[in-house]
Formats: sequence, C-alpha cells, structure tokens
Amino acid sequence: MIAVESLLNGNRLALARTLTQIENNTPEGRRVLDELFLHTGQAHLVGVTGAPGTGKSSLVNQLARYYRNPPDGSKSRRVAVVAVDPSSPFTGGAILGDRVRMRDLSGDPGVFIRSMASRGSLGGLAVATSGVVQALDAAGFELVMIETVGAGQAEVDIARLAHTTLVIEAPGLGDDIQAIKAGILEIADILVINKADRPGVENTERALKSMLQLAHPVEHVFQDQVTHHQLYPEQQPTESADVGDERLWEIPLTRTVATTGEGVGKLGVFIDQHRAYLKSGGGWSRREKYRLQSELDSLLQATLVSRWRVSLPKEKYVSTLEQVVRRQVSPWQAVKYLLDGSEA
Amino acid sequence: MDEPKLRVLIAKPGLDGHDRGAKVVARALRDAGMEVIYTGLRQTPEMIAEAALQEDVDVIGLSILSGAHMALVPRIFELLSANQQEHVKVFIGGIVPDEDVDELLALGVSGVYGPGTLTTDIIRDIRQTFAGERTR
Repeated sequence: MIAVESLLNGNRLALARTLTQIENNTPEGRRVLDELFLHTGQAHLVGVTGAPGTGKSSLVNQLARYYRNPPDGSKSRRVAVVAVDPSSPFTGGAILGDRVRMRDLSGDPGVFIRSMASRGSLGGLAVATSGVVQALDAAGFELVMIETVGAGQAEVDIARLAHTTLVIEAPGLGDDIQAIKAGILEIADILVINKADRPGVENTERALKSMLQLAHPVEHVFQDQVTHHQLYPEQQPTESADVGDERLWEIPLTRTVATTGEGVGKLGVFIDQHRAYLKSGGGWSRREKYRLQSELDSLLQATLVSRWRVSLPKEKYVSTLEQVVRRQVSPWQAVKYLLDGSEA
Repeated sequence: MDEPKLRVLIAKPGLDGHDRGAKVVARALRDAGMEVIYTGLRQTPEMIAEAALQEDVDVIGLSILSGAHMALVPRIFELLSANQQEHVKVFIGGIVPDEDVDELLALGVSGVYGPGTLTTDIIRDIRQTFAGERTR
C-alpha cells in the first residue's frame, strides 16, 4: 500500500511506485489518484510534440536545465518530464529512448523523468499519461513537460492535456502546403524550429510564418476546444462568447539549436509569457475545464464499455463478429444486435 | 486493471563505446513484449540507479565490455539498496572472465551472458525469474 503522505512529502520511491500503479490502472493506483487529485492543479503543464527526430527530447533536456538554473536569476523550478514512446502494435513491447538525450539532468533531485509506452493509444500519449501527470503535479513539480510520441499530423491529444503546447519543426520537413493543413501545427501555442543551424531554415520559417498569417485568430484561442468538439459533435461550441474582447495570443515562431542550447532561453521566456497570458485572462481555467471534461468523458466511455462487456456473453460476441467477417451482417447491424439484443 | 508489463532498464556503465550488443538485447526484449528503457552509453552507477528508481523497473541489464565489472557492479548494488530497490534483478552482458562470474552471481547478479548468447535464452531467464511472481 502506497503512503500518499510520503509522495506528497517528496519521496521519490513512493512517487515512482505510484506512477507504475497508475500506468497499470490498478485499484491501488486509482485509490491513490483519488487522494492526490485534491493536491493537483498547481503545475504548469507544457506539451512538447513534433515529428520523430525533430529534437523533442534534446529540447526538453535544455528547457529543464533552463528552468533549473534560470539565467535571469529568478527562482529555480522543480521540473518533471513525462516522455512517451510508441509500443509495438504486434508484441506490446517498447523501446523508451528519450532518457538518452536527457543525461544532463541526472543527479539533480529537482528533476524527475519518467518514460511511458503508448500501450496502444493512438493520440500521441498513453491512456494513463494524464494520471501520471496528476501525480507529478501533486508531488510538487512546478513544471511538468510532456513529450509525445513522435507525431505526424493527427496526434493532437497533447493540446487537451497541456496548458501550453510546443510544436517542434525542423528544416526540410515539408513545404507551405503541409504548413496550412489541419492537425498538429494548428495546436501550437508556440512554434519552434529546432536544428536551426541546418540549411533550409529560412524556407521552413517562411512557410510557417505564412501559415500563421493565414490562420484565423479566433480558432487559435479555442484550439483545444475545437479538437474536443470534433470528438463530441453533439455539443456545439457555444462558449466562444466567454472570451469577450480578451486579447488574443499571438503564436510566436522561434528558432532553437537543442544540441548547443541556442535559443532555449528565448523559448523559455515565451513559455512563461504564455502561462502569464493564460493566467491573466480566462484561458487557464477554460483549458482546465476542457481538459477535465474530456478526461471525465473518456473515463465514462471506457467504464461504460467495460461494464457492458462483463454482461455480454463471449459466445454472442464471437458469433456476431463471425457473421460480420462473413459479410452476413454489417458492423452497424452487429452493434444494434449486441446492444439491443434485437436481430438486425 | 491492465496487464502489467515487465520494465527493463538497459544501460552501459563505464567508458567503452560499443553499444551494439546493448541495442540487440534491447530490441529482442522489446520484441518479447517488454518495455525497455534505453539509456545509452557512458552511464555512471549513480545515473543507472537513479534511472532505475524513477522508472520503477523490474530488471536492469548492464552491458559491460571494459573489464570494469568488478568495480561497477558492486557499486550499483550498493546504490540500489540505498534506494530500497533490492527487488530489482540485475543481468549482465558483455565480456566477463569465467573466474568473475561466480563472484558476480554471489553479489546478487541474476545472470551473466557472454558473446554468442542467444537472445531467446536471455528472455527465457528473465521470464523465469518473474514466473509465479506477479510484477508489481
């Protein structure tokens, strides 16, 4: 049994074991999360996403160093990192390699790094990532950086979890058409061109800049809500009115070289500015609300499905599936039969 | 509740720069359905123990080709026990002279694997170590 007190008092072993319980979705993990939840809501959650190989881990390493020793002499912050890498869809195994780039952080008691496998989840995070982040928040880490799986165009879950989302690009990854597509670029609160010492950086910058100019400013405020309403189309976005004449956040586009640390200080300032922006307007509480709502909804869905599964005879499911495979009934007819019991 | 996965830390302590073996083993364990935290070259015992704690691993696999195993391994056990992580099983791969193997096993090492080892043997041994014992 994990002592919640010792986790709250900064015991790293208790924290590490709690994270395992949360990841494995055990009754013990859920019990601890229930208790910890009251202590959450303090940390600034910063998401870091982008294509594989753009330098997310190296940048997280540099940002953590920056926040541990701010060059302007401000107070150093305790930093936790949650780094997600993909699980094999065939074996369920995973190589979690993000720590390789974070060796500078070793030996610092104010830093805690946890690697997670995505375990079949497709949105760039694992199902348990949000619980893991809550535990780190409760344990007193002021900044929690969440690094997603190397993301393509649709892994946008991070925008629902994080207060501030960084999208990392690198020179040579795509033209201006890629830049105006929907998806991952759209969720950025801050756009970062890493590897800015590479050739082609001007082209990348130009494409991203014109993308930012083409974008409709209102959608930027509600990027997380937009994804939310795509998932729950029955709820119309009616809350745009809340924003009133609130100042809009202008998405900064900034260059970094994570291997040398160049530009990281400037990026750190943008991250803090975004936090201040959210706090000064209603953005912080709106994001919290959407995040908790989407978490509640997905837990409800998962629980409903698993409860219903218990009551479903396995043979009935297997035989219905077999009928679908033989093209005798359509998937929708099968759903109707399984849920309502009536013959489709 | 989800099926718990075996979590394995693969680390290369010391100064030799050859990590192909470590990568081959990491990949094999991945293909056996384990979650492998790969930490890369030139890890100190302190870095390894810290990573093992934060990641709450069940197994540490050390790749040592430098001959420094009799210095590195006792230190790692010392740190693991200081962190209350005595339950973590330690396996070693690399170049270890026969006369050192017994001493390492006496220290608490669960297995020592030299050149030519089949990855299937390593997987079998890790699984056997945890057979009947549910991972936490």
